[in-house]
Amino acid sequence: MCLAVPAKILHLIDDKHARVDFGGIEKEIDVSLIEAPKVNEWVIVHVGVALNKIDEIKALETLQMIHSIGEAQS
Amino acid sequence: MSEVTLSSMTQSFRQKEAISSLCAKIALAVNPDRTYRFMEFCGGHTHVLSRWGLADLLPENIQMIHGPGCPVCVLPIGRINLAIDLALHHDVILCSYADAMRVPASKGLSLMSARSLGADIRMVYSPMDALALAKKYPDKEVVFFAIGFETTTPPTAIALQSAIEAGLDNLSFLVSHVLTPVAMNHILARAEDLTNPHPVKLDGIVGPAHVSSVIGTNAYREISQKWRIPIVITGFEPVDMALSILMLVNQVNESRADIENEFTRAVSERGNTKAQALIETFFTLREAFEWRGLGTLAHSALRLKDEYACWDAEKRYDLKEVSVPDNKACQCGAILRGEKAPKDCPVFGTACTPAMPLGACMVSSEGACAAYYSYARVPIKNNHKGNP
Repeated sequence: MCLAVPAKILHLIDDKHARVDFGGIEKEIDVSLIEAPKVNEWVIVHVGVALNKIDEIKALETLQMIHSIGEAQS
Repeated sequence: MSEVTLSSMTQSFRQKEAISSLCAKIALAVNPDRTYRFMEFCGGHTHVLSRWGLADLLPENIQMIHGPGCPVCVLPIGRINLAIDLALHHDVILCSYADAMRVPASKGLSLMSARSLGADIRMVYSPMDALALAKKYPDKEVVFFAIGFETTTPPTAIALQSAIEAGLDNLSFLVSHVLTPVAMNHILARAEDLTNPHPVKLDGIVGPAHVSSVIGTNAYREISQKWRIPIVITGFEPVDMALSILMLVNQVNESRADIENEFTRAVSERGNTKAQALIETFFTLREAFEWRGLGTLAHSALRLKDEYACWDAEKRYDLKEVSVPDNKACQCGAILRGEKAPKDCPVFGTACTPAMPLGACMVSSEGACAAYYSYARVPIKNNHKGNP
């Protein structure tokens, strides 16, 4: 229920709707809660509504930090 | 340092090497002379622990206690009865998320079995599907069974806003939206309550991912300070979970009680303020709301504001919720409070299975019992002759 799914914006239909790609499955969703949605940005989608953007730089930073933990151990 | 790339928002956070190195780090970090009792609040995180086998990779002195963050599980029977009553006796099209369809209610009924008795009950993906049905069938009344924590509340608000804008008066909402911080506070208060015979002492909380993307990390500040408990907001992938457990272990070792955010890629301090404003436009706090397992909690759920009463199914159909106790054999209540694990329930996997559930925790895709059953975390007793 509280699980939202990451999706990438393919194109904006109007100021409230966009077509997104859930790793192969395309769907039209509501993006009215997103501040200035743009094509190729990631969003987390829950019951047909984008709840937030997913920040690609922050995602990379998290992965980078985990990677450095692994390197420190080996 | 070798280069880190982002292949996808899911696969990049499911890599075995990352999970292995984080678990090795956790094993090094734990103090062998103590236990670490962490509650993952969300049923989604309970499933992450089971699905990815993380529970078996953690040191034995880390105990993961499953929390009440499963919206279908915490809905009491009386609430489900309201939805069934609407569908059977008020000639409406009742729309529900799939998770709630098979929860056992009174008289041996569920929404699914009510449908087989002739009630018009539709399983929907989104509240916007209920909106579309109301437009398609202007001569019928459509009711959306609006359940869920703060993640699911903004979509309900969008559907209501769209109904108002479209002038639809044949759509209403059976609002059962509940509030995460209130439930979390209740769990922590019970742990410190000297009159509670089953206090669940916790050393830290794995905080919700997507709920927090709406309400923000600031929403937990009061709780963290009041109970001096470490909280780490955590994404729903196994790498997120392992990193958060490491962050919690570090906080405990350093005697800190901070709110930390592992899920920085989608959660901010303030959350989604647009979504919060929309919730505030249409909803207000209920005086009290009954939760399965947690009892009746003050200001723990939402209802529509009085000016939107004509879209409120409870008012429109004069519905009165009657409290109904759970099946005596079912341990859902104690499991939702973190007092028991699915393996402690005598009917787990025997009289209660996903195909024939006795309790909501076995039904929902976020229920702890469903997680244990689906990923075989408890050996199923050989002597049962029940379902295939």
